[in-house]
Amino acid sequence: MALLDVKNLGISFGGLRAVNAVDLSIEQGELYGLIGPNGAGKTTIFNLLTGVYKPDEGIVKLDGTDITGKRTIDINKAGIARTFQNIRLFKDMPVLDNVKAGLHNKHHYTTIEGIFRLPRYHRVEKEMNEKAMELLEVFGLEKEADYLASNLPYGKQRKLEIARALATEPKLILLDEPAAGMNPNETKELMETIQFVREKFNMTILLIEHDMKLVSGICEKLTVLNFGEVLAQGNTSDVLNNPEVITAYLGE
Amino acid sequence: MKKINKQTKSNIITYGIVVVAFIIVQLLLSTGNLSSLMEGLLVPLCVYVILALSLNLVVGILGELSLGHAGFMCVGAFSSAFFSKCMEEIITVSAVRFILALILGAVAAGVFGILIGIPVLRLRGDYLAIVTLAFGEIIKNLVNVLYIGKDAAGFHFSTKDSISLNLQPEGEVIVNGPQGITGTPQDSTFLIGVILIIITLFVILNMVNSRDGRAIMAIRDNRIAAESVGINITKYKLMAFSVSAALAGAAGVLYAHNLSTLTALPKNFGYNMSIMILVFVVLGGIGNMRGSIIAAVILTLLPELLRGLSDYRMLIYAIVLILMMLFNWAPKSLEWREKHSLKRLIKKKKTAKEA
Repeated sequence: MALLDVKNLGISFGGLRAVNAVDLSIEQGELYGLIGPNGAGKTTIFNLLTGVYKPDEGIVKLDGTDITGKRTIDINKAGIARTFQNIRLFKDMPVLDNVKAGLHNKHHYTTIEGIFRLPRYHRVEKEMNEKAMELLEVFGLEKEADYLASNLPYGKQRKLEIARALATEPKLILLDEPAAGMNPNETKELMETIQFVREKFNMTILLIEHDMKLVSGICEKLTVLNFGEVLAQGNTSDVLNNPEVITAYLGE
Repeated sequence: MKKINKQTKSNIITYGIVVVAFIIVQLLLSTGNLSSLMEGLLVPLCVYVILALSLNLVVGILGELSLGHAGFMCVGAFSSAFFSKCMEEIITVSAVRFILALILGAVAAGVFGILIGIPVLRLRGDYLAIVTLAFGEIIKNLVNVLYIGKDAAGFHFSTKDSISLNLQPEGEVIVNGPQGITGTPQDSTFLIGVILIIITLFVILNMVNSRDGRAIMAIRDNRIAAESVGINITKYKLMAFSVSAALAGAAGVLYAHNLSTLTALPKNFGYNMSIMILVFVVLGGIGNMRGSIIAAVILTLLPELLRGLSDYRMLIYAIVLILMMLFNWAPKSLEWREKHSLKRLIKKKKTAKEA
C-alpha cells in the first residue's frame, strides 16, 4: 500500500477550478517530484494535503488513515510536515529554538513543571537540546545554533526550515521549492542534503520544484500539473520525454 | 549550553535589580530620607510594575495588542476586596487572608481572561486591541452598577441601587455601586509588592524559556508555520492571555488592599490606565521584561519628582517620554548603543591587551 494515497482531489476558489481530479500515489521511501508551470496548482495541492485548505472533493490517505479535511496540527501529528515557498521561520527566535519548536509534540512536560523547573523540565529540555543539535548537525547549522533565525543567510534558512519540519518526526515531508532563489552551487549542495536526509531518516519526500536539473537529478517519479489537472505521471525520464509535457512546461 | 547560561545570567540581573532597588528603598525609609509622598507611592509603583510585566507577556511574547488590562486588574481588585471585607472577622490573620485574597483575585481575573479570550483571540492586531479595550470598559461599567449586601439571610444582589437589596436592618452593603467597596483591610505593603514582582518575574521568565513559551513565540513569529509543526494556536494564545490576565488580577489585589475606598473610576480602571501600562511596555522595550520594570518605575516617579516645577511638570513628562522612545527605538540610537555598549568596551579592552 502506498504511504500517501490521493484520489480525485479537487478545490475551487469562486469560479476558478484550482485543482481538479488529481490522483497521487507515493510509496514509502520515494522521492517524488511535483512540477508544472506557474499557477498550475502545485502549492494549492500542498495546502490541501496539509489542511490549510479543505478539499471540495477527494480523499487523502496517509498510511491507510483518512486525513481528508483534518486540521493542520492533526495532519502534522499524523505524519506530514512541510516547508514553505516563501520561507516561514520563527525569525525572532534562535536557530536552536526553531528546531525545538518543531519538537513540541514529541517531548512533553506540563506548564507547571516548566514554570517551577521540576526535574522533568530539566530532563526533557536536555533531550530536546540534544535532539535539536543532532538535527542541526545534519544540516551543518550547529555553529549557528545561537543566532537568530533571521540572521542566517538565505540558503541556511531553507535548510533550517527542513530541519524544523524533520523535528516533528514525519512519515512524509513536503518541500515547496526548496531550491528557489539559490545559486547553482547551493542547489547542488541542497540536492546532496535532500538525498542524505532521505537515506538517513528513511524519509519519503514530495517536492515542488522549478529547477529541472534538480528534479531530473534526484526524483524517481514525477507528476506534471497544468491548469490544476494532471498532465503526465510516472517515472522521471518517461515524463520528461513526454511531448505534451515538453510543450506545456519546457516550451516547444 | 552557552546560550542558556546567557539567558540565566540576564534573568539573574533582572531579579537582582529588583532586590537591590528594594534594599535601597528600605535603607532610605529607615534613615527617614523618603518623603511621606514617596512612601505612599511605593505600593502603587509595585502595582504598575506587575501590570507592565503582565502586559508585556501579551504584547511582547504573544505579539498581540491588548488594551483591556485595566479591566482584568479591576476584576482582581474587586473580587479580592469583596473577599477580604467578608472575611475580615472570620480570618483575623492578615497574611493568610491576603494570600487567599490574592489567589482568588488572580484566579478570577484569569477566568475572565479565558472567557474574554475565547471569542476575542480570533481577532488580530488593531481589531483585537479595540475589542479588548471595549471589554475593559464593560468590566469597569458593570462594577459601577453592582450592589452586593450581606445580612443574616445571606448575600443580596442588585444592579439598581442599595435600597433594592432589601437588606435587614443590621445588614451591611459591601459593594455599593459607584461608591465601590469601603473599608477593605489595608494589607498591602511594599515588601509584599516586591515579593509579588519577583513571583511575576519568576512565572513569566520561566514560562518564556520553556516549551510553552517557545510555542507562544512561534505563534507570534509565524502563525502558519507554527500550525504546520503541530502547535495548537488557540490553546497557547489563550494560555498567554489568561496567565497575563491572572497576573494583572494579582496587581489589582495589591492595589485594592492599599486603599481604604476602592471605586471603579475611569482614572484607575478605565482605558487611560490600560494605555499607561502599554506606554510602560513600549518604552521599556517590547518583550523586554527588565525594560518594563525600569520604564514603569521612572514614569511613575517622574510626575512626583517634578512636582516642584508645577506647571511644567507634564511638559517635561512628555519630553522624557519622547526621549525614551527615541533612545529605545530610533535606528541611529540603536547603532550608537551597539557601538558603545559595555560588552563591546570590555571586549575591546581584552583584544587590546592580547594584542
